[in-house]
Amino acid sequence: MKFAVIVFPGSNCDRDMYYAAKDALGEEADMLWYQEANLEGYDAILLPGGFSYGDYLRSGAIASTSEIVVQLREQADKGVPILGVCNGFQILLESGLLPGAMLRNKNLKFMCHFESLNVVNNDTLFTSKYEKGEVISIPIAHHDGNYYCDDETLATLKENNQIVFTYQNNPNGSVSDVAGIINEQGNVLGMMPHPERAVEAILNSDDGLKLFQSMLENWRERYVAGA
Amino acid sequence: MLQAPEITPELVEQDKVYQEMGLTDKEYDMIKNIMGRRPNFTEIGIFSVMWSEHCSYKTSKPLLKKFPTEGPQVVQGPGEGAGVVDIGDGQGVVFKVESHNHPSAVEPYQGAATGVGGIIRDVFSMGARPIASLNSLRFGNLNTGRVKYLFDEVVHGIAGYGNCVGVPTVGGEVQFDDCYEGNPLVNAMSVGLIDTKDIQKGIAAGLGNTIMYVGSKTGRDGIHGATFASEDLSEDSESKRSNVQVGDPFMEKLLIEACLEVIHSDALVGIQDMGAAGLTSSASEMASKAGMGMEMNLDLIPQREENMTAYEMMLSESQERMLLCVKKGEEQEIVDIFKKYGLEAVAVGQVTEDKMFRLLHKEEVVADIPVDNLAEDAPIFYKESKVPSFYQEYQAMPAYQPELPDHADVLKQLLQQPTIASKEYVYDQYDSMVQANTVLSPGSDAAVVRVRGFNKAIAMTTDCNSRYIHLDPEAGGKIAVAEAARNIVASGAKPLALTDGLNFGNPDKPENFWQMEKSVDGMSAASLKLNTPVISGNVSLYNESNGQAIFPTPVVGMVGLHESLDHITASHFQHEGDLIYVIGETEAEFGGSELQNLLEGKYFGKAPAIDLDTEVKRQEQLLDAIRTGLISSAHDIAEGGLGIALAESLFNGKGFGADIQVEGDLTTVLFSETQSRFLVSIPEKDREAFEAKVENVTLLGTVTNTNNLVVRSGETDAITENVTSLQQLWKGAIPCLLKSKD
Repeated sequence: MKFAVIVFPGSNCDRDMYYAAKDALGEEADMLWYQEANLEGYDAILLPGGFSYGDYLRSGAIASTSEIVVQLREQADKGVPILGVCNGFQILLESGLLPGAMLRNKNLKFMCHFESLNVVNNDTLFTSKYEKGEVISIPIAHHDGNYYCDDETLATLKENNQIVFTYQNNPNGSVSDVAGIINEQGNVLGMMPHPERAVEAILNSDDGLKLFQSMLENWRERYVAGA
Repeated sequence: MLQAPEITPELVEQDKVYQEMGLTDKEYDMIKNIMGRRPNFTEIGIFSVMWSEHCSYKTSKPLLKKFPTEGPQVVQGPGEGAGVVDIGDGQGVVFKVESHNHPSAVEPYQGAATGVGGIIRDVFSMGARPIASLNSLRFGNLNTGRVKYLFDEVVHGIAGYGNCVGVPTVGGEVQFDDCYEGNPLVNAMSVGLIDTKDIQKGIAAGLGNTIMYVGSKTGRDGIHGATFASEDLSEDSESKRSNVQVGDPFMEKLLIEACLEVIHSDALVGIQDMGAAGLTSSASEMASKAGMGMEMNLDLIPQREENMTAYEMMLSESQERMLLCVKKGEEQEIVDIFKKYGLEAVAVGQVTEDKMFRLLHKEEVVADIPVDNLAEDAPIFYKESKVPSFYQEYQAMPAYQPELPDHADVLKQLLQQPTIASKEYVYDQYDSMVQANTVLSPGSDAAVVRVRGFNKAIAMTTDCNSRYIHLDPEAGGKIAVAEAARNIVASGAKPLALTDGLNFGNPDKPENFWQMEKSVDGMSAASLKLNTPVISGNVSLYNESNGQAIFPTPVVGMVGLHESLDHITASHFQHEGDLIYVIGETEAEFGGSELQNLLEGKYFGKAPAIDLDTEVKRQEQLLDAIRTGLISSAHDIAEGGLGIALAESLFNGKGFGADIQVEGDLTTVLFSETQSRFLVSIPEKDREAFEAKVENVTLLGTVTNTNNLVVRSGETDAITENVTSLQQLWKGAIPCLLKSKD
């Protein structure tokens, strides 16, 4: 399986994402500079965390206007799995690939620590290796992770089972404890917690590894077994 | 704003304009002698920053010479952007600490942020990827609005900058004492990893090679920052707010990535960060180190503001700027690399052979200075030194021996002292895990970051108990180094080397200078004994506000190596049933202790004694036991003594308790701050092997699953406390102080 990690100016979890795919999962991965990227031929696309464009204007706002997002939309429409973590999630929101927006954390401070997440929906290509209701320990590291959407959108998210992860102890004020959501088609996942930082026991948790393993398993089922 | 053209060389001399820049009459005469004429306004400005304490170490140089700087592990000692130690496999660890005290006192957010940015540039300008940041902070007590503001904004500034550049802030220390109320200390340390073959130098070598400028444009911010850092803070320091630089971490992140690409280009000859004294120091030092001269055309310097004078450009401390020396004819290669990151590398000058530092501006020569004299010949001052009377009084005092009616109550009060209390409020704001290598994060004795792809890890810590140094600078200096090494060893690593962040008061006061001398003596003795040479550092003097000096605070930043990931050892208890031991005997030593502060509100008497031979032996024996796999957890016993170390070892939310039986004076056992001690836990089966390997051990009790800390003294139950409740007191103390009304 071949992963693309898109690197924007100011991305800083790009290497972490690359190593999660390449070393922890053991698959192919390329880091692609946003201006030079050609997303054709990749089996999944990873949008890493960080501070693209220094978070100037709004987190993810400037990156969402770059040309690579046009390609990203094409791949999303084709059903290619896209995972956006932290700033990657913010870029997905700003570019409209996922609904809603991010506000400042309710305490107005950056926060970084492990959080317990509920796997609310394990019927996705990102979470199939988790049990439904499983509690996993994944770190967060963000200033603008307070997920907001209007009541109507929230109702739709719930109805379609699009809320994939929730916080056990909501740290940032997100509506309905949302930590991660998926699009209606089920191939674009955005989440604030960092699974790529929790892929080896020595990093104090390997609970994030199953997310990457789920992607691999589903890719095998769809493209290898099905071919 | 001072305008260069209006002030002639004659006026500079006649009106003693140089005095405003921090130069003395004697220094002016030396400069005039070097130049063979009266220096013009720009030239005298250039000298004033290069000869400031911050850049020239003119007061501290005689002391810094005392530090041991060599050892087989040292790849690069003091003199470059940062020092380098060997960690095997062709790799080195690059590190340095730097102060940003004065800027943080007047503009805490930007002062702290640019402190982080500056030290990270020192590390990546060596060619290393920054892998960790630490800091060492001092504030007044959290009971005035001003101190709370300084504390909150300094932390906010470190977070705002450090998080954005993608370097994890993995450790540090925060202490509170009244002496820092008007003059907080903000010391930032950066640690980088490098293949030693890639080490860069800040040199401008090769006649005719091109000098290139890259990064942020030059503005009027930070003019005379180095001079500002070299004088006392006073009421009118507020008016120096314009001296404080403003940081752009996004620009820094781009520079990191671009520079780490550029170092692999054969076109690059030398690279240096524009830190204190900006363009002046980077350019003149690069030329002087190479034994060459340099000519720069200031019209070509990218400028943020209009009509900047030569003086302003040369003294600006605008952030996120680098100066490169590039092989002539190969500039385009460098330009292209930076262009990818949206950065413009601009040719601004060339290397000359006449050893002159020559600046052109608007077709005129505006400065023409012998570069070696500028960079190397700052006068060295041998300051007067005098034993302070308070030291003699402290030494003559009888031993301080408090009596406590209720040890459980005192334990709870100590846990809430801000210096002891949990710093979670602080470090939760730092991204401590980016780069996905952090094994032990803030809150541990030492932070531990693994080296990806190898079976090894780097341990690092910052330490300095300035109360002991106030009472006895020589003993306190030894303790600062020994404690840092103790923290490294407790995490399972071998200490390799240290960087010193020397923060002192005004050296013109003989009593202050004596403290400097003695603490450097103490640190040197300990560094030598512990085989941790000093490979880089920083000196910050004039840390006084309204005539009152801070406690001498020579911060030690130390790095160690875990030779196997299996050696990494937690400071918290790990398993129910493990045996709890203290390593080292305990004497009644309360001078400078947290208990003394709690009961008396001040520090007096003798500092704890330290015997370096004992220290070395204990550290070696514990490290040996860790490497043999006998140790479940190890924790340095520091502020607050054994009682606090016990409580802290239980604060990992695993529901553990401890059953402890002690003999002797309970106050001494629990709260004395005797040095060279560790609290460890070991599996019961390893008891014999442990006791055979480690001397001077006393079995205290066992780790339980009761969530209660129980201490029995002789026949009496002294303490029975719920661990969760203790942890809540400890965790809540700082947020509670911040919320309380002044």
